[in-house]
Amino acid sequence: MDIVDILLSASFWAAAIRIASPLIFAALGELICERAGVLNLGIEGIMVVGAFAGWMTVYSGGGLWAGVGVAMLAGMLFGLLHAVLTVPFGLSQHVVGLGITMLATALTYFSYRLALPEVTSPPKIEAFQPLPVPVLSDIPVLGPAVFSQTPLTYLAFGLVIAVSVILYRTPLGLALRAAGENPAAVAAQGLSVGAIRIGAVMAGSGLMALGGAFLTMSAFNSFFFEMVNGRGWICIALVVFGSWRPGKTLIGAILFAAFDALQVRVQQTPLGADLPYQIFLMMPYLLSILALVVMSRRAQVPAALMVPFNKGER
Amino acid sequence: MAGTAHKAPVVLRLDRITKTFGALTANDAISFDLREGEVIALLGENGAGKTTLMNILFGQYTADSGSVAVFGKTLPPGNPRAALTAGVGMVHQHFTLADNMTVLENIVLGTQPLWKAGFNRAGARQRILELVGAYGLSVDPDALVGSLTVGERQRVEILKALYRDARILILDEPTAVLTPQETDDLFATLRKAVALGLSVIFISHKLHEVMAVSDRVVVLRHGRLVAETETAATDKYTLAELMVGARIDPPAVQAAPVGRVLIELENVSTPDRGAAPGLKSVHLKIRGGQIVGLAGVSGNGQAALFDVLGGLITPARGVLRRDGAVPGRWSPRAAVAGGIARIPEDRHKTGTIPDFNLTENAVLELYGQPPFSRRGWLNRGAARAFARRIIDAYDVRCPGPETRIRLLSGGNMQKLILGRVLETVPDVILANQPVRGLDIGALTYVHEQLLAARGRGAGVLLISEDLDEIMALSDVIHVISEGRLSPGFERGSKTTAELGVWLAGHGFGEGDSDAA
Amino acid sequence: MRLEPVAQPTLIRTIGLPALALAATVAIASLLAMVAGAPPLSVLGLILQGAFGSKFALLETLNRATPLIFTGLAVAVAFRARLWNIGAEAQLYAGAVVTATLGTGALAWPSGLLLPSIASAAMLAGAIVLLVPTVLKTRFGVDEVVTTLLLNFVVLLWVSMLLEGPLKDPMGMGWPKSARLIPEARLPRIVEGLRLHWGFGLALIAAAVIWLVQARTTLGYEMRAVGLNRAAAKFAGIPVGPVLIKTALLSGGLAALAGFSEVAGLKGSLTLDISPGFGYTGIIVAMLALLNPFGVVVAALFVAGVFVGADSMSRAVGVPTYLADIMLATALLLMVLALMLTRFRVRWA
Repeated sequence: MDIVDILLSASFWAAAIRIASPLIFAALGELICERAGVLNLGIEGIMVVGAFAGWMTVYSGGGLWAGVGVAMLAGMLFGLLHAVLTVPFGLSQHVVGLGITMLATALTYFSYRLALPEVTSPPKIEAFQPLPVPVLSDIPVLGPAVFSQTPLTYLAFGLVIAVSVILYRTPLGLALRAAGENPAAVAAQGLSVGAIRIGAVMAGSGLMALGGAFLTMSAFNSFFFEMVNGRGWICIALVVFGSWRPGKTLIGAILFAAFDALQVRVQQTPLGADLPYQIFLMMPYLLSILALVVMSRRAQVPAALMVPFNKGER
Repeated sequence: MAGTAHKAPVVLRLDRITKTFGALTANDAISFDLREGEVIALLGENGAGKTTLMNILFGQYTADSGSVAVFGKTLPPGNPRAALTAGVGMVHQHFTLADNMTVLENIVLGTQPLWKAGFNRAGARQRILELVGAYGLSVDPDALVGSLTVGERQRVEILKALYRDARILILDEPTAVLTPQETDDLFATLRKAVALGLSVIFISHKLHEVMAVSDRVVVLRHGRLVAETETAATDKYTLAELMVGARIDPPAVQAAPVGRVLIELENVSTPDRGAAPGLKSVHLKIRGGQIVGLAGVSGNGQAALFDVLGGLITPARGVLRRDGAVPGRWSPRAAVAGGIARIPEDRHKTGTIPDFNLTENAVLELYGQPPFSRRGWLNRGAARAFARRIIDAYDVRCPGPETRIRLLSGGNMQKLILGRVLETVPDVILANQPVRGLDIGALTYVHEQLLAARGRGAGVLLISEDLDEIMALSDVIHVISEGRLSPGFERGSKTTAELGVWLAGHGFGEGDSDAA
Repeated sequence: MRLEPVAQPTLIRTIGLPALALAATVAIASLLAMVAGAPPLSVLGLILQGAFGSKFALLETLNRATPLIFTGLAVAVAFRARLWNIGAEAQLYAGAVVTATLGTGALAWPSGLLLPSIASAAMLAGAIVLLVPTVLKTRFGVDEVVTTLLLNFVVLLWVSMLLEGPLKDPMGMGWPKSARLIPEARLPRIVEGLRLHWGFGLALIAAAVIWLVQARTTLGYEMRAVGLNRAAAKFAGIPVGPVLIKTALLSGGLAALAGFSEVAGLKGSLTLDISPGFGYTGIIVAMLALLNPFGVVVAALFVAGVFVGADSMSRAVGVPTYLADIMLATALLLMVLALMLTRFRVRWA
């Protein structure tokens, strides 16, 4: 198959959008945290938690949407822990974030082993099914690519719009952006920087967990170790690539996912057979690094990112 | 602005406010009233307790005892919203604006319930434009704050307070960042506000402004209220004495023989750094036995000039000459090795490493050379001896050379920096705001040291926003505005008002600038 | 809530709070053991016994501590200069690959020449792996946290590629595994008959050397200055970029020695699983050690003890070994909190 053929096929774009979905959730979550001034390196671990919590809920008989809710709640709990340590206590966001990732991952694996001590092949669940949108899904190429996805994918795209509106069109978004740019501006207007940042980190972590839940509930349909596989770190790169803007971050996620879908398909071509498959698997990570290099110069970093705010500091 | 103030009702009452931090009493039973339509100047040195008092008023700190009442109602302590909702608006010295948002967004921030679905931009814009008209505060509501000048940002701060229907305005050192002309505009705005029935507390340590703008003066010293008086019934000299507690004599400046040119900039330009302008074709000569004063409103290229002379940046265009020759490689190390002493603007951020001890900070510029190190190995004994010498010679009050410098007062920190750079007997001294935030004792000491260095033939560049300081100490004065440097004016050849014209950016006719 | 600096922390603060953090860690572990259906005291006892209770256990712990000392030092050196090296895992594998490449017969030199050569080459490889993100940081302003993290995945895939390609052992029955190192390329045992190789000795020497560099040399002074206040260091004339580069070379080299010591000392060949996350665990080791090189040795022994002890405990009572990871992540978070609270007092209002 020629590369041009691949790029024109609906199944290719359907795959790209499916791959992009968890990244959109988690990158939006990271974006919310960073816009409020907190770098959340717990993202990788929180995605693991979300993947497990969602899957476990369904596996033990809960509904799919209950699974989504449980996953988000679990993510928010770890977000709360992160926020308490980094916001009022002002601890290093690097160290705390990595610590949260380690803790969340370890707790998840521990719980998985406790719940299923003897399984060798991970059990599957009845996951979200594609939900073709009436009429729209009949459009050639675009229909099967975009409008025949699972509900969670639609939710991801809806959230991009919702987050944009909240950030730029509501008093809450104003306060959140100000907290990441100059927390003193927020405090001077009688608002609590701490509350806004803690809330943002919790909400953002909920979205990260939802990104993880997508993997088990809408993509692989089961939980296994190391399934998040660096997606959290990639999302941090996507936020930089998107200049901390939801729309641009979405574009970044789709471009990235398209490239990922492409490498899977190229592997099956004669060209792919000649090259070790690891070369293709490296590409997403190398691409992320490249995106960081290209975008870092002109990126509009929130001015108070990683700067703790201690009110009335003497 | 005097007149009806006495009969007017009390709008703000501070009643026996006391606040201690450990052994330090920052506010000691301070009481005073502010009446409607009145301007009170709150006068005091750095560290006199002005900021603490305002932080208590705004609920940032809780007072140990005493109370604050606005329009007769006592404010709950420790609640930042209470003062705001009661109608008190604060214009901070360091602006509390988010650069990535527009003027309008900054103004409406926090004025609506956070969970509201959206906000009424058109209504807000309308309201802001009305305020802009009523108070003469020209600013575009849709401009990005990051693109505004300092004067415009201050107007946004005032608009923020007015938008919240503030009836009491508190301005913390509002003129520190303004040119004399912008200061006049600010005073005009304040007069309009007072005429509309607002009351103002004006925090300052600039006596002529206090005299110009206030009805009454409240003087704080070491946390105590030492005087409360009608402005009309006092004068600058009395106030100065009240403020510092002793008669201050201007430093005695003896004539010194002027030496050769030690360092020189010829047609030097540097690129802009974000909002801060770079240098634009600057010519500057610093001679031995001279203090060259650099006057200017902060953020007009002082930092760039300091950094070029101090080796931190190399000029994009033009030449720097040291003792008449162009140095091969220009870096902080080359500058220090070549006998240039540098006293940076910010003691905490660039002058010292707060978590290093005194010894380590003492050798910060010299650690790489003997006797402090040889072949990459540190000689800690030599460093400690050097630190001890500075502690003794420059009267640095500290437990010992192993003390972390974070625990020192600003004055002692500055003395250490002074000792560090002067011990090497430099012949050029670059001092950027060397006395900012110091008490009167430390301030006098620093000035004496600079004059002593001049006396032994060194050339000094003194950068300050305080025009009085510049005029008292300098043999030659340059004014910097938007990166352009005025010609040098001999001591006494220009009045404050004449320099003010240059500070505002006029008079730079000869270059590529506008012929004003 | 507000934090107020404590001028002179009391002994109770400086010792009591970290002790409290460790106690809370143990308490949480006990709780989880109970959740897993095992009596907490016996779980803790089994961990302790499994880690230090016998000669065999102790040797196992020392062996496990060896790579952790190296990665802990690597992280400590980098963090001291505020270079966020989260890529010790990648640097470790770079060192391991070089060891496996040069040690399987490519160089047939006597041991006294071969081992130092391989170690140097391994360090160079690790240094280069960290040099890339460091240069991206100093030249382009790219945050090194994310780049070092992402490089971990790249390097691991690259090792996997080599193990299925040029480095694959033809006698390996198809497993992705390198050939065995020649005897001259193996690190000898410290005491004949005891299963502890000279990698451990090398780790102790490395800790001493790093201490000397940090406390007694101008480079150490520069690294600390750059870490504590970059603006002041730059103002004083310390070349920040070059200091960060030197830091990166040192840090990357140290992490690579972990790979060298595992392949040349413990394992004798390279597989894809020689490191169960030693690079990441090095962060915990370094933070628990307050970035102090000798502290790293102690912390590495503690961390290794928890891992080894948890393995043996898990075999005995079936509580998942991930309990060890939970304990260490909890210890990390509580310890940074405790250390902050030794210097700051919490004031309400």
